[in-house]
Amino acid sequence: MQDKPVTLKILDIVSVILLGVSTYLALVFAPTELVMGDVQRVFYFHIGTAWTALLGFILAAVFSVIYLIKKELKWDRLQVAAIEVSLVFFFITIVLGSIWARPAWNTWWTWDPRLTTAAVTELIYIAYFMLRQGIDDPDRRARFGAVYALVGGISAPITFFAIRLFRSIHPVVIGSANANQEKMNMTSDMRVAFFFALFAFTVIFIDLFWNRIRLGDLQEKVEQLKLKVTI
Amino acid sequence: MFLQTPTPDTSGYMIAGYAVAFITMALYVASMAMRSRNLNQDLATLEEMEKSAAKEQPAKPKKSPAKTVTKKSRKK
Repeated sequence: MQDKPVTLKILDIVSVILLGVSTYLALVFAPTELVMGDVQRVFYFHIGTAWTALLGFILAAVFSVIYLIKKELKWDRLQVAAIEVSLVFFFITIVLGSIWARPAWNTWWTWDPRLTTAAVTELIYIAYFMLRQGIDDPDRRARFGAVYALVGGISAPITFFAIRLFRSIHPVVIGSANANQEKMNMTSDMRVAFFFALFAFTVIFIDLFWNRIRLGDLQEKVEQLKLKVTI
Repeated sequence: MFLQTPTPDTSGYMIAGYAVAFITMALYVASMAMRSRNLNQDLATLEEMEKSAAKEQPAKPKKSPAKTVTKKSRKK
């Protein structure tokens, strides 16, 4: 395999530093929320991972469209990379949300519109990898995957807007909430930790995404060579 | 002031949350590193196989000057 580009090596280091700083801001710098206590601090990572994961799913849908137009397998590899990293981030989002819900709502899980749409989104993309596993032909796999990711991409905006469209107990963080919905009020220090977490997770996502693309390229190279040797 | 409810101690949940986030990310990075290492090993093996296969193939015979088939050579 080709050596890692210097830019990616730097990005790896920057990502680790940003993760460390974001953790410090969330755990030490931001003040303790008076009603919920320390558990509110998981909110910074919860939003950071959710934002990047949903963005990744939408990005994957865009790559699907480009693949279906151009029929080049590199777009398929980009799509797989975006979905895989997003799936990991969204898993963290859901688990953190559940941990936060236990002391806040007195339950680990409730079938609230936001929680339900989030769980459905996660399951859709787990099924995406199961679908791909079942198809051997690379072109067919890419075509089916692209159509699936394109349709599945609809679940990302639905998850985002679920708390704005339906009656939900989930707090609204970004944008305006309905009159009957809970809205998060943050102090200026909380805002610093919040926006830094958004920035940090965006950079971490880009770093992991780039690494995953390289892994996909290597996988493709091995598959090509396997074919060559067996022939 | 005396009627204010004290802030609940939910630090255990916070620790659990951050532990899950870090462990999940670490596992994912480790899985990528492992997959990359395995693929590099496969690549090295395949390249070795390709090289040995190229060596084992008999060398192509040198092209001899084309002989024109004449009636005489046919009779021989």
